[in-house]
Amino acid sequence: MNTESVLEIRDLTVAFRIKDEYYPAVDQLNLTINKNEVLAIVGESGCGKSALALSLTRLHDSKNTRIEGELLFKGQDLNTLSPGQMNKIRGSEIGMIFQDPLTALNPLMTIGKQIEENLDYHTSLSRKEKTKRVIELLENVNIVDPKRVYAQYPHELSGGMRQRIMIAIAIACRPSLIIADEPTTALDVTIQSQILDLLKQLQAENDAGIVLITHDLGVVAEMADRVVVMYAGEIVEIADVNELFNNPKHPYTRSLLASMPGANVGQESLHVIEGRVPSLQNIPRGSCRFSERIPWIPQTHHAEHPELNEVAPQHWVRCTCYQNFHFEDEVGDGKEIVLNGIAGTQ
Amino acid sequence: MWKFTLRRILIMIPQLFVLSVLIFLLAKAMPGDALTGAMQANPNVSPQVLAEQREKLGLNDPAWQQYGRWVGNLVQGDLGKSYVHKIGVADLIGSRLANTFYLGVAILVLTYLISIPLGILSGRYQNSLLDKTITGYTYLSFATPLFIFALLILFVFGFQLGWFPTSGSVDVGIDPGSGSYYANKFYHLILPAIAGALVSTTATIQYLRNEVIDTRLKDFVKTARSKGVPESKVYSKHILRNSLLPIAAFLGYDLTGVLAGNLFIESIFGYPGLGQLFLQSITQRDYSVVTILVMLSGLLALIGTLLSDIILSWVDPRIRIG
Repeated sequence: MNTESVLEIRDLTVAFRIKDEYYPAVDQLNLTINKNEVLAIVGESGCGKSALALSLTRLHDSKNTRIEGELLFKGQDLNTLSPGQMNKIRGSEIGMIFQDPLTALNPLMTIGKQIEENLDYHTSLSRKEKTKRVIELLENVNIVDPKRVYAQYPHELSGGMRQRIMIAIAIACRPSLIIADEPTTALDVTIQSQILDLLKQLQAENDAGIVLITHDLGVVAEMADRVVVMYAGEIVEIADVNELFNNPKHPYTRSLLASMPGANVGQESLHVIEGRVPSLQNIPRGSCRFSERIPWIPQTHHAEHPELNEVAPQHWVRCTCYQNFHFEDEVGDGKEIVLNGIAGTQ
Repeated sequence: MWKFTLRRILIMIPQLFVLSVLIFLLAKAMPGDALTGAMQANPNVSPQVLAEQREKLGLNDPAWQQYGRWVGNLVQGDLGKSYVHKIGVADLIGSRLANTFYLGVAILVLTYLISIPLGILSGRYQNSLLDKTITGYTYLSFATPLFIFALLILFVFGFQLGWFPTSGSVDVGIDPGSGSYYANKFYHLILPAIAGALVSTTATIQYLRNEVIDTRLKDFVKTARSKGVPESKVYSKHILRNSLLPIAAFLGYDLTGVLAGNLFIESIFGYPGLGQLFLQSITQRDYSVVTILVMLSGLLALIGTLLSDIILSWVDPRIRIG
């Protein structure tokens, strides 16, 4: 596999302002995205996936967001570019696909014009050539009768078709990086697989790197080459997709996999991760951020300052708690904790 | 589209009927009639003559007969005669309509010229000093009663500074139809138009500001940015058009409202339009004029809703009528 990198993220911190204070939603993150690879980023809602995705093209509201660190895209730090220079890269070098195709298109603009707008700012094609290219793009994303769809408005198309349009917009200038933020979440299952197939096929044609944000492990299994598991703004595990599914290490990764339907055929009920992702202000920074949700693991098993450690070639895991993590412990100890709690109140 | 329009016009007929009954009843419920007031107080007019006149004018007939006569005449195009002005209501309204139209158009154009840029700036630079200034202005103009605001403007620019005429629509003795005649009419229009516009901008500015703030957060705006569309174009091509939709929904009313007359402005600036005529007619119990003017504004409101629907379907592809 080609391992030439497209984007190198170095010490990226994305902090949002809440009442005059900045709270990092993405904390000191390091990551490399290679050419021709699908890198999946998984995690629950609120763990910083989308904050990360939007920061890659600096689409956050600049007034309430602080982005620190380096975003080396083909050797150029995106974080130091002016808004004008950034606009040159958005849409041409980096394409984006969003979650909800029903709201992601301008309701007052024809499909053709919305795709063409991308070409308007990044190419010097004539009007005729642009129209031709748009029709070509519509064909590429498997739209039947592209000439008709060109003149239609978003509300005349189905959700699946609209997501194809979004993909056409994203790939209009043959970008070397595509960021897909939960591209199939709003679609039903049959359409989902069609869209995923399409993305794969287009990637193969264009050699682009894809960052795929999702919380659907089924999508990860189908699409990804490499997987990043995020929790509370940090990467907790990175591995190749096969390695991750066969040999998950971090308690969070294992809990996620255990709570996936189909992974536990014959089991009585799905695994449930206790508690929830801490809100931005309540992230336990400086210690193992997942420790709150596995209370039966004693504090001594966690590292004091959890770092990513390479446990196998290209397989990185944060903290040391994975070494002593067993699901079976939860049942007994969990109950004990509850009982202790009740006893304590008496 | 044409079918839709025709259907809507047909629906207007029963609506107008109900409106006419209501107006007639309300007019009848007002104390006194055309012969009370100045007529009755005049010692030279004997009560006997008044009684004869009432009988002659049919004012003693049962209400339904009077209504039937009124509507019958209306349908035939006879709007009746003004008791006070002694001329036909149609002629009377016609003589004032042009003035009201000029004033209405001037206010409408000024309103949009002021409120659209201010609303957009206010929304785009939300919470900036500029936004706070504009919002402050809208609060002020919203809280100030129109007649106080208009009186203040009239007092300062008309009387104190003497920059503008204080009443009328044109000076006496200027040859109608000449260039200086229209220039003079325009001169008379400036102050009432500014006073009217400064107050009527409030709603549009606030509406537009909120729309821009809402639209700015929509997903398709994010999509536009992700395409590398420069910020100014994101506003002009994506946010603005979507924000103007609700404004377009009111445009129909505004357009027909141009003919309805502006009660306060016309009265305060002594501007001879339909609004002033309406107020005078009420105080003088000039029923035939009052009823027709209310009917007229009712009709304009109905046409306004139809126009609004048509305009909206024209600017928003999601709305197709027919």
